[in-house]
Amino acid sequence: MSRLIRMDQTGHTTLVEWTAEDPAAVQEAIAAFRAELDQGYYAVVSHGEGHAEQVRELPVDAPLVILRRPIAGG
Amino acid sequence: MASTDTAGADNGSLPELAAVYWRPRADRRSLTRSGRLWTLSTIAHTVPFIGAAALLTALKPVTLPVAFILLAHAWAIPELYAARGANVVRTLAQAGPDAEQRALGLLGDLLDHDARELHGRTGLVLERGCLGVWLVAQAGALVVAPGGRRVYCYCVKATGADLPSADRTAHLLLALRADEIGFATVANLAFSGACWRLRRRLCATARDALTAAVQTSAVAS
Repeated sequence: MSRLIRMDQTGHTTLVEWTAEDPAAVQEAIAAFRAELDQGYYAVVSHGEGHAEQVRELPVDAPLVILRRPIAGG
Repeated sequence: MASTDTAGADNGSLPELAAVYWRPRADRRSLTRSGRLWTLSTIAHTVPFIGAAALLTALKPVTLPVAFILLAHAWAIPELYAARGANVVRTLAQAGPDAEQRALGLLGDLLDHDARELHGRTGLVLERGCLGVWLVAQAGALVVAPGGRRVYCYCVKATGADLPSADRTAHLLLALRADEIGFATVANLAFSGACWRLRRRLCATARDALTAAVQTSAVAS
């Protein structure tokens, strides 16, 4: 089961869960993913220490896709 | 549909770089140059005070109190810079306990055992990178350069004031992992100098984390 989560004021929110074998769930996940990107979030897939990948399309086979807000120099 | 297309103009670079398009991308050489410029700037601020104090004392010994004031300035300026650097690892106001707990769980999932243990003790996340060993905090990060002698402190944070503290750290950690060079470019350099100068301005727990980063950096180089 893959998950799309958004880091927000609640700690994090699970927006959608899907499996690659369920086309309807995948389509729902893609729609949710694009809606969040349109809201200004960036999507990241973590691959362990030192490695993460920015993604602009939903990687359907990734177990966890995290949405983060932009960062800026303070 | 299943592709993992990278964001940004360059392959894998942070999208936030578009907001600082005028900045050249950081690398080890530019980091070293920034460190030297920082040291030169500190010398330029302090040497005139020391020189003036020495001159006054030599010309008119009666002005010794003024010379002490000048020396105090020469001492205080580098300390203020170091305090500015230490400020990047300050803790911010916490969100509600439920939100903090959920955020902490997610951050813990992103870390290995040692990093999780260090974060539990110090609130800072240790991350090895190509520029050195990073300590990621809630509103900034510092990197100990290879060799463990010099440290660079960066002011950078996730946008929005409502995030739990662990989420703030997770935002910075994921951005750092996605594009370390881009992260160092987007962030604002707040201080660069010797680790011992920064250490004196840190709280006890942050000092522990700095010690771990210095040791990791010394072993790696």
